[in-house]
Amino acid sequence: MAAATNGALVDMKGVTKRYGGVTALDGVDFTVNAGEAVCLAGENGSGKSTLIKILSGVEQPTAGTISINGTERTNLNPRVSAAAGVMVIFQDFSLFPNMSVAENIAFSTQLGQNRTLFDRGHARKLAQSVLERIGVDIALDARVESLPVAHKQLVAICRALASEARLIIMDEPTTALTEREVRSLLAIIRRLKEEGVAVLFVSHKLAEVLEVCEKVFVLRNGKKVAEGPATDFDAASLTRHMTGRDVPEAPPSAVTEGSKTLLDVENLSKDGAFDNVSFALKAGEVLGVSGLLGSGRTSLAKALFGLVEPDSGTIRLDGEAFALGDPIAAASAGIGYVPEDRLTEGLFLTQSIARNIAVGRLDAHEKRGFLDLGALMSEATDWLTRLKVKAPDPQAPVRSLSGGNQQRVALARWLSRAPRVLVLNGPSVGVDVGSKADIHDIIRDLARSGIGVIVISDDLPELLATCHRILVMKAGRVVDEIAGNSVTEDELAHRLAS
Amino acid sequence: MSGLLPEGFWTRNETLVAIVIILFCIVATLSDPLFFSATTLTDLLRASIVLGILAVAAMLVLISGGIDVSFTAVAVFAMYATTVFTLAVAPEMPWFVIFAISIGIGACLGAINGIFIAGFGLPTLIVTLGTLSVFRGFLLTFVGSQRISALPPEMREFSRMMITRGTTEAGNFYALPWAFAALVFVVVLTWFILHRTMLGRSIFAIGGSVESARRIGINVGATQFFVYVYVGALAGLAGIIHGAMGRMADPFSLVGLELSVIAAVVLGGARLIGGYGTITGTLLGVALIVLVQNSLIVVGIPSTWQSVTIGLLILLGTGLPAWQAKRAAARAA
Repeated sequence: MAAATNGALVDMKGVTKRYGGVTALDGVDFTVNAGEAVCLAGENGSGKSTLIKILSGVEQPTAGTISINGTERTNLNPRVSAAAGVMVIFQDFSLFPNMSVAENIAFSTQLGQNRTLFDRGHARKLAQSVLERIGVDIALDARVESLPVAHKQLVAICRALASEARLIIMDEPTTALTEREVRSLLAIIRRLKEEGVAVLFVSHKLAEVLEVCEKVFVLRNGKKVAEGPATDFDAASLTRHMTGRDVPEAPPSAVTEGSKTLLDVENLSKDGAFDNVSFALKAGEVLGVSGLLGSGRTSLAKALFGLVEPDSGTIRLDGEAFALGDPIAAASAGIGYVPEDRLTEGLFLTQSIARNIAVGRLDAHEKRGFLDLGALMSEATDWLTRLKVKAPDPQAPVRSLSGGNQQRVALARWLSRAPRVLVLNGPSVGVDVGSKADIHDIIRDLARSGIGVIVISDDLPELLATCHRILVMKAGRVVDEIAGNSVTEDELAHRLAS
Repeated sequence: MSGLLPEGFWTRNETLVAIVIILFCIVATLSDPLFFSATTLTDLLRASIVLGILAVAAMLVLISGGIDVSFTAVAVFAMYATTVFTLAVAPEMPWFVIFAISIGIGACLGAINGIFIAGFGLPTLIVTLGTLSVFRGFLLTFVGSQRISALPPEMREFSRMMITRGTTEAGNFYALPWAFAALVFVVVLTWFILHRTMLGRSIFAIGGSVESARRIGINVGATQFFVYVYVGALAGLAGIIHGAMGRMADPFSLVGLELSVIAAVVLGGARLIGGYGTITGTLLGVALIVLVQNSLIVVGIPSTWQSVTIGLLILLGTGLPAWQAKRAAARAA
């Protein structure tokens, strides 16, 4: 450990950051060498975001020293950090959706050159050369808003490279990617490492990037709790260090013998999305639906809840068909849907936690045309306790909650309506490891109470931990059905990819 | 087809507006053959000078992610104050000095918007709604509320300078004033700023995402400040041209026009959420609005239907592409 600091690209010593009385980082030592990939793991609130902010010059440390390229820097600001080659790729990529790929890639570089005039030819040439450097082909003139998520991420990487990044910090790089996209990202990271560019992954979902990493740092409550070569860690040990406890995931208990069929989907088809999908869901059963991005899993999930109108087929709940393509009909039939993207599809972020839960129950608390606000709110707060939402105040905006707690609020809203079938699209996307296990507990509890649950996910451990059966979709068709307790994660990965 | 035209050509606002303009002209020519003449053309071009300059200004604000409703108040303030000042101090000043004064006053008023928006970070609509009232009230209270028809001689002189004039074969008089060159100048200058300078690209960038712009080191405040000062200057120019061509400084004119101007810009494809807008689209939007305001009667629609027609055009012209986009998104889901 002592020798590693020589020639380090970034070397932080004893870095501490306090916000008022809260210690976000507590005497952390941290080094990254050129051409090295490093994992910085930690749950939400562990101090990893603070560490990125200090490295990128957004925040100043309370104590400790930071050296970049062997020079100690006392007054880092975003411009100085960027000039020293430290680039952060935020989770939202910070791109300009209305501008072309070429301009997005070249913008910061051209800004850094203090140009007055904009040179489109230079922007295109620069963008082309960087795209070639990482070996991807994206149309230079395409508007960024029209690109899939994985390509947006590549554009953000290219932008960092265009301004001669020596260290690229990637915040939650894999949460929005499918397994295949993660593979191609890793291939690019390997290429960058060969060129001497260092990469720092900051995430709570790191198992899948471990293979390209040399080193792992784990933060918990602002302190470094583990450090070592990546080969010493696996998914389980990372989780243990991050949470400070073992989180064993018990597989679901078997569906009660003879429980009746709740949901019956027959020959559901939608041109260009899914084709002739049939399945049945029993009361108390958790059914997984998996497949790569574009396999039709999300369209199918939306079709069950009426957000996508199928061209043909029927959906029956308790033997009764209900109108397709109509979310209100689906909801009143007893189907609930928690979308993948809570932020834009599921929650009213600026509204209070209690209101977010209560909004699904407005009609149930109507008294002679007026709203019984007291009953409505006490029901909402009751659900907060039942789902163990850590909320300082039910009147605080949902935005102020962590990802795991936001997901619980979204769940609580549906549960308060007592649904028969709950469709969960990516139930633990953007949620930290501890909360994830809790959400899986909730899913298993729901099933035990007789609700039919459909989990749409490409997170294999999640599917195995929650599902009795897993349907695999490919190009809009169900191509495989797997019993949850009969496969290991590797086998499942293989059957998904084949 | 797809090889010749850029992708998405048929779903663009520009295309839609151009088609409506062409259809309108065909119908108008069929019902009145005299419509298709140099007289109509120069009338329409003349009518689009002030509206066009203001629309280019409003477009710039929309691209930056804001909205400005105060520019008509800025325009009338600059025009009237300049006229009063010139008459009081030096009535014989050459027209370009008078213009410069009006542009300068406009820029200063724009700077006031800029200070509130860029400096204090207040919402653009609120600020400009406020300054719209303040500027106009200040003008009527402290500068004057009398119409002035005895303009400085050089302003009258300016309105008589013609690029071309003559009589058509049918015996109708036509003329295109040099004031039209001001619109051309504004269009070229604004195009250059938007597409050939880093400042212009930064305006697009902050309209696309303020947070991203800040993170890569764009000076968001300075960029916004420039936008509102530039818009003020253009409003000052439009105001003084309006006064000169109308041969009267009327402190009650122009205010009320702001929604037509924003309508023209939105028809041309600029989006209220920021980041999108083209000069071609804006000019086509202006042409359509001017056509409706001046020639509706020719196609047999009473002129009282003007605002209804403009409203329907906005609903159709902006609703159709939005609906198409929504359908495309639904198909992709």
